Amino acid sequence: MKKSNGRKFAYTVLAWVVALLVFFPILWMLLTAFKTEKQAVEVPPLLFFHPTLANFAVANSRENYLHFAANSVIVAFGSTALALMIALPAAYAMAFFPGRRTKDLLMWMLSTKMLPPVGVLVPIYIIFQRLGLLDTRAGLVLIDTLMNLPIVVWMLFSFFRDIPGDILEAARMDGVTPRQQMVHLLVPLALPGIASTALLAIILSWNEAFWSINLTAAHAGTLAAYIASFSSPEGLFWAKLSAASVLTVAPIMVFGSLTQRQMVRGLTFGAVK
Amino acid sequence: MSQATTAAPGAAARGRAGRGRKVNTFPLLAPSVAALLVWMIVPLVLTLWYSLQRYNLLYPERRGFVGLQNYVYILSDSTLQTAILNTIVLTGAVLLLSVVFGTLLAVLLNQEFWGQNLARVLVIAPFFVMPPVAALIWKTMMMNPIQGVIAWVTQSLGLGAISWFQNWPMLSIIIIVAWQWIPFATLILLTAMQSLDHEQMEAARMDGAGAISRFRYVVIPHLSRPITIVIMMETIFLLSVFAEILVTTSGGPGHATTTLTYLIYIRALLSFNIGGASAAGVIAIVLANIVAVFLMRIVAGTLERR
Amino acid sequence: MIRYTLAAAGMAALVGFAPSARAVTLTIATVNNGNMIQMQKLSPQFTKETGIKLNWVVLEENVLRQRVTTDIATHGGSFDILTIGAYEAPLWAQRGWIKPVDNLGAAYDYGDLLPPMKASLSYKGKLYAVPFYGESSFLMYRTDLFKKAGLTMPAQPTYAQVASFADKLNNPKAGVYGICLRGKPGWGENMAYLSTLVNTMGGAWFNMKWQPQLDSAAWQKAITFYVDLMKKDGPPDATSNGFNANLTLFEGGKCAMWIDATVAAGFLYDPKSDKYAADVGVARAPVGVTPHGASWLWAWALAIPSSSKKVAAADKFLAWATSKSYIQLVAKNYGWVQVPPGTRKSTYANPAYQKAAPFAATVLKVIDSADPLHPTMSPVPYTGIQFVAIPEFQGIGTEVGQEIAAALAGRESVAAALKKAQAATVRTMTEAGYIK
Repeated sequence: MKKSNGRKFAYTVLAWVVALLVFFPILWMLLTAFKTEKQAVEVPPLLFFHPTLANFAVANSRENYLHFAANSVIVAFGSTALALMIALPAAYAMAFFPGRRTKDLLMWMLSTKMLPPVGVLVPIYIIFQRLGLLDTRAGLVLIDTLMNLPIVVWMLFSFFRDIPGDILEAARMDGVTPRQQMVHLLVPLALPGIASTALLAIILSWNEAFWSINLTAAHAGTLAAYIASFSSPEGLFWAKLSAASVLTVAPIMVFGSLTQRQMVRGLTFGAVK
Repeated sequence: MSQATTAAPGAAARGRAGRGRKVNTFPLLAPSVAALLVWMIVPLVLTLWYSLQRYNLLYPERRGFVGLQNYVYILSDSTLQTAILNTIVLTGAVLLLSVVFGTLLAVLLNQEFWGQNLARVLVIAPFFVMPPVAALIWKTMMMNPIQGVIAWVTQSLGLGAISWFQNWPMLSIIIIVAWQWIPFATLILLTAMQSLDHEQMEAARMDGAGAISRFRYVVIPHLSRPITIVIMMETIFLLSVFAEILVTTSGGPGHATTTLTYLIYIRALLSFNIGGASAAGVIAIVLANIVAVFLMRIVAGTLERR
Repeated sequence: MIRYTLAAAGMAALVGFAPSARAVTLTIATVNNGNMIQMQKLSPQFTKETGIKLNWVVLEENVLRQRVTTDIATHGGSFDILTIGAYEAPLWAQRGWIKPVDNLGAAYDYGDLLPPMKASLSYKGKLYAVPFYGESSFLMYRTDLFKKAGLTMPAQPTYAQVASFADKLNNPKAGVYGICLRGKPGWGENMAYLSTLVNTMGGAWFNMKWQPQLDSAAWQKAITFYVDLMKKDGPPDATSNGFNANLTLFEGGKCAMWIDATVAAGFLYDPKSDKYAADVGVARAPVGVTPHGASWLWAWALAIPSSSKKVAAADKFLAWATSKSYIQLVAKNYGWVQVPPGTRKSTYANPAYQKAAPFAATVLKVIDSADPLHPTMSPVPYTGIQFVAIPEFQGIGTEVGQEIAAALAGRESVAAALKKAQAATVRTMTEAGYIK
């Protein structure tokens, strides 16, 4: 059963070559963040250079990074929590008490995501303005919740369907209400699945750029707005943009890596078995 | 409490088959359905309403009902066909690449090797990069024919530099978008691979099945449901790909990379022609729903077999 | 909940400790270009002088334009001060969206503003936005390469001369291209430059009846010239090159000549970013058959939405950020070569600036010669040199830009591209009611 070391070695080489190839653009961005603007556009591209931290200093002093990062965290976690709260009962109902229309309902939910945001900016902008939601974190939380809700319902639905119905049936025999079933039985059972759904929602919300830029001004801007202040000015900008991007990508990447195992476990348990 | 107890014998008698008859699912479904209904209906109604109006944001005084005129204009524009075709090509190509490379990467990363965890993180990392940033990295540092890394490699090999966005505009966009979405597919499929029954694989090996036929007859069927999920989720996001096009080719040269979403962007946020953009939006919704029905068929099929 | 409590406590503290200073806070939307970043960095000085607090929203140009236009057209009221361009100022003034800014106090010295800038930011003789920095377009070239080839650049070359220079200097093997020009589609990208080329070749966007002229002989000539020149002597992948890509190429020593915005000179003459800083020369934008509209005119300007409730404070900021003393302040902090160019006569009269910026005299000349009210050889119903000051132009310019990029990429012939562009423009103008 044990694979030979030679074979393991071959796989190691192959997998690492492929992994580095895929990761290369990010690696290059990381390198560029430590170059001067002049070095960044050098031909042929520089591999060895004297690293500088100047770009990070600029990225920090010009805009208040922490302000944007805090908004990103609040919006990503807030919208994910809200989406889970709304989606859990729905997914529960659809998974354990499916009706004739359940599949249509699920598909309809997904289709709400197919309207391109660029087409509805103006109507939404006007609505937000009337409701006083422009440039508020609450407004962004609301938008991101609605954006992610269909996906969250879908994923939870898939996870729940893998939980044996007998367990819930037994609980019901013991006189447990649906609400109690959900809170005390279902949630603990499906926790890995719920966790990975949450992670996906957090990542999607973190990377959402269109609404976060267009519905905010000075208060509620997330890291997407932060990036937009470093991208494509007049003059050289690769190094500064790289530094800003590293700062933007780093938190979510560290978070994603730390929780990758959790995510994989959750997904294994659910949707993809 | 007492109500639940009285209901219990009945439920037990019906057993599994009776699941769902007695429980009122309405209060459970209501919040999400209501939220999505509002989220969908309000913009939809507004979009429909605007699409029947002459409404340019920059001419507030010239607003008025024009019937189907906006539709007549957009449907008689040859750009619309090109845009729909481009959308299909982009979405289809990226889906294909995601599934093929996602599967291959998942199989590879599922092997035993040194540094497995770190390598997996590296492969999945592009999914964490914001789309506009990804587009800028590729445009400036990778694909630029003079300062870019790819040009440096091809030139060192004596192949000369490729003018990516000028000569291969759609391919360039596909590469950038695929780079972001293959990791997502890999993540989902890798997870699925881990639940693949080792004994089943061993049995297949014992029966003398080679690596390729094991892949074909054991791995692929096992992955069919996760692949469906990848296709479904990615389709939603791919239909509204936008930043990657704006940053690199601006929909050109010609209309080579103008997708439906980009077309709507030009109308809505460059011309501020809300009437015209809304008409295009309505067409986009109709097309998306056709796709949705199509997807539904596939998904319904795979959801049945469990 | 905790946050609200904290905020309330903070409010209470503010009210308690400083009841007299009811601090006004202005929200300013601006572009992420270098000069605006300076303004943002120097703005604590303004707060110190006036007690007015500032919130900055800094975005890249395209995003900012879309953001600000959406906000003002829907009366969103997100911003107290807007950074807008010469394209928006007259249009928005006409709609009554921005208020006149011709009363910023005696010390402001309106007479010192360069007349073309004032003209391009006015509507019916009233100034609606104050210029923060301005630019025209001209030709930049490498003096060392010209010397080596035994060529001399006239003060104002013709396009025929430029083409012959480009042919002689083009040397892709050595990594030098004869000429770099914009190719990325967009009304503010390739069409900004190409409009000036068409103007000087005797063409125009529209005739007096608002009929599009893209299928005219002048457009044919201009675009054929551009495509041929770029294919022969231009850099690869030109269809994705905007201002920045060309700047990067020139600074990397890849371009012998480059025709673009005058603000580029500020970067090229800076040895910190350009290793060929000592070898840069400038000339006026080349001409074809007429000098009319051969070089463009653009201003980034500050404006106040009419709906603003903080007009007095906003006026103060406008007066501060576009004043003579602000220019002095930048000079003191960043050096004269970095001051916002193209707005005031006094800047160009200053010997310190002339010394720091050897290109200044040429810049002043091209700005003075640019007449946004009479941009073309034959009379036209519109104003604007590299744009047409009508709301439809962003869409039209971008669509035409895409077609020309297709011709540049060799996907279709110039004639076919212009025919398509003409048809699309006729459609849009008919839809908008210009053509009956």
